[in-house]
Amino acid sequence: MKPKSIVSLLLGTALTLALAGAASADDKVVKIGSLSDQSGLYADLSGPGSTVAAQMAVEDSGLTGKGWKIDIISGDHQNKPDIGTSIARQWFDVDKVDIIVDVPNSGVALAVNNVVKEKNGVYINSGAATSDLTNAQCSPNTVHWTYDTYMLAHATGQALVKAGGDTWFFLTADYAFGQALERDTTAVVLANGGKVVGSVKHPLNTSDFSSFLLQAQSSKAKIIGLANAGGDTTNTIKQAAEFGIVKGGQKLAALLLFLTDVKAIGLETAQGLNFTETFYWDMNDQTRAFSKRFSERMKNGAPPTMVQAGVYAGILHYLKALEALGGNPHDGLKVVDKMKSMPTDDPLFGKGAIQPNGRTIHNAYLFEVKKPSESKGPWDFYKLVGTVPGEEAFTPLSESKCPLLKK
Amino acid sequence: MQALYAQLLVGLINGSFYALLSLGLAVIFGMLNIINFAHGALYMMGAFCAYFLLELAGIGYWGALIIAPIVVGIFGMFLERTLLKWLTGLDHLYGLLLTFGIALIVQGVFQNYFGSSGLPYAIPDQLKGGMNLGFMFLPIYRGWVVVFSLVICLATWYLIERTRLGAYLRAATENPTLVRAFGINVPRMITLTYGLGVGLAALAGVLSAPINQVRPLMGADLIIVVFAVVVIGGMGSIMGSIITGFALGVIEGLTKYFYPEASNTVVFVLMVLVLLVKPTGLTGRAA
Repeated sequence: MKPKSIVSLLLGTALTLALAGAASADDKVVKIGSLSDQSGLYADLSGPGSTVAAQMAVEDSGLTGKGWKIDIISGDHQNKPDIGTSIARQWFDVDKVDIIVDVPNSGVALAVNNVVKEKNGVYINSGAATSDLTNAQCSPNTVHWTYDTYMLAHATGQALVKAGGDTWFFLTADYAFGQALERDTTAVVLANGGKVVGSVKHPLNTSDFSSFLLQAQSSKAKIIGLANAGGDTTNTIKQAAEFGIVKGGQKLAALLLFLTDVKAIGLETAQGLNFTETFYWDMNDQTRAFSKRFSERMKNGAPPTMVQAGVYAGILHYLKALEALGGNPHDGLKVVDKMKSMPTDDPLFGKGAIQPNGRTIHNAYLFEVKKPSESKGPWDFYKLVGTVPGEEAFTPLSESKCPLLKK
Repeated sequence: MQALYAQLLVGLINGSFYALLSLGLAVIFGMLNIINFAHGALYMMGAFCAYFLLELAGIGYWGALIIAPIVVGIFGMFLERTLLKWLTGLDHLYGLLLTFGIALIVQGVFQNYFGSSGLPYAIPDQLKGGMNLGFMFLPIYRGWVVVFSLVICLATWYLIERTRLGAYLRAATENPTLVRAFGINVPRMITLTYGLGVGLAALAGVLSAPINQVRPLMGADLIIVVFAVVVIGGMGSIMGSIITGFALGVIEGLTKYFYPEASNTVVFVLMVLVLLVKPTGLTGRAA
C-alpha cells in the first residue's frame, strides 16, 4: 500500500470513529436490564414485579413522549453469582444494556457490582441487602437504593435492645447477606450493652428449621435474630410458632421482612412482629395511587414491596439525570455522578439524596404486623410505630470504609 | 444430651416425609419401571388441593387427607393413560425426561398464578399445641405426622408384599404377558398402581401443608433429596425406601446439630459412598 493511501485510510477511519462517537454521545436510546430471581424464593418480593415497576418508571418519566427510546429486558439469575455475572456481561457486550437494576441476593449483587464497574455501566441495586455495596466494596458506578443490612440492624436491632432484649441468638442464612446482617446486628447489640450467646448458619432455601429452632430455644436467649429473608424467614417464623418459642418467652426479631412474607405467614402467626422497611403501599395518597396502578398489572394483584418500589424510584431518578444531561452519554461514571449531584425526590420515598459512596438516603419506618381483627383488606398488614430519619438510618459517611471517600 | 434426643426426634419427623415420598417412587419404579420425576410436583399439588378444599369448599384438614390423594391420584392416572403408557418398554431415560417435563409444566403453571412465596395453611384445631417431653417441646402435629406416615408406609408394604393383589402386581411386572393369560387386566392394574404412588405423594403434600408453606416449588426442593434416598435404599425396594427414608431424616437432623453448614449435602455424600460400595443400594437386588 502506498504511503498516501495509508494516510487517507487512517484519516477515513478516524473520521468515522469521531462521527460514531459524536452520534452516540447525543442519542436518546436507553436499555434497562432488570436482573432478578424470577422464580425462586425471592421472586415475589422482586422478580417479575420489579420489571413491572421498571416499566411504570419509564412511562411516568414522560421521556418516551419526548423522543426517547427506552427498552427494558429482564433476566433470571437463579440466585447463582456465576449466572448473574454471565447475564450481566452478555447484556453489556451483546445487548448494549446501559443500566442494571434490582438484583436481589447479596452474593449475586456483589458479583454483578464488579462487572458493572468493569464495563462502566450504571447499577441501581434495590434488591440486595449487604451494606458492603456502599462500604468496603463500593463502586463509582453503583447506587444502592431502598435498604441495607446496616439500616436493618440499627433500626430494628437498636429498638429491640433498648426494649430489654439484651441477649441474642442468630439464625443466619449461610451466604453474603446473612453474614453481613449478623455482623452488623451484632455490632449494634454489643454497642448497646447486649450480648450474643450463639448463632447457627443454615443453608439458603431450607424448608425445615426445627433443628435450628431447637438450638435457638435451648440457648435461652431473649431475642432470636433471623438474619435470613424471603421463604427462609416465613418458614422460620411459622415453625417457631409450632415449637412454642414465642409462648415460651423468647422474642423473634425478623431483621428483614417483606410484605409478601407477611402474606405468606398469615396474620394469625405474624401478628406483633416488629421490623423495618422503607416503603409500605399504604403510607399516603401517592403510595396508594402508585400501588393501585401497580397491583392492577400483577397477576396475583399484589401491591409493590419496598424492593419493587426502589426499582421504580431508582429508574425515575436515573432518567431524570439523563434528561438533565440532554442525552444518554453511555458512560456509567458520568451518569452516576450526575445522579449523585441531584437531590432525589419521588412519590414513593419522598425527598432524599445519594451519598458519594452510592448510598441513597431516605426515611426508614418501624412497623408492627397488625392483629387479624385490625386488618381491613387482603394486604392491610402494617401499623406504623416509628420513623427513623435517613441520616440516622444509614451508615454515617465518617464510618463508611468506601475507598471513594478518600479522594 | 437432651438436645441430641430432640434432634433425633426432629430427624424422624423429616424422615417421615422422605419415607412417604420415596415409598411412592419405589412403588412406581418397581411396578412400572418409570423414574417418576413428577413426584415432587404431585406432592405440591396435594398441598394445593388441601388449600383449595379449605378456601373454596370449606373442607378442612381431615377431609383433605382423604380427598386430596384421590383427586391427585386421578390426575396421575390420567397422566399415565395419556402419556406414560406410550413409553412402556423404552429406556428409563425417556420416562425420566417426560416426567421431568411434566413437573416443570405443572410447577410453572402454579407459579404463574400463585407466585413463589406460598400460601398459609393452618394446623387443624385438634392437633394444635404441643407437649413437653422433658428434653424438648414436641408440637402435637409433628408427632401425628410420624405416627400417621409410619402406619401408611407399613400398610403399603403389606398391600404389595403380603396380599394377593400385591402378588398379581409383582407378577405383572415380571411377566405381563403370562399374567394377562390368566385373565387379569394388566394395563388397568398398572394405571391403578401409578395412581397409588401419586396418591402417596399427594398425601405427603397434605401432611406437610401446615408445616411448610404451600408453594409451587415445595416439591422441587425436596425431590432431589428423595431421589437420593431411593438410590441409597435401592431402586424399587419397598421396605428399603421406608427404612432409608426415616434413617436419612435422622442422619440429616444430627448433621444440623453438629455441623449445620453440611446439612444440605450429607445425604448426597452418603449416596456417593453407598454407590461406590454397593451400587444396587442398601437393600436392592442386582438387576
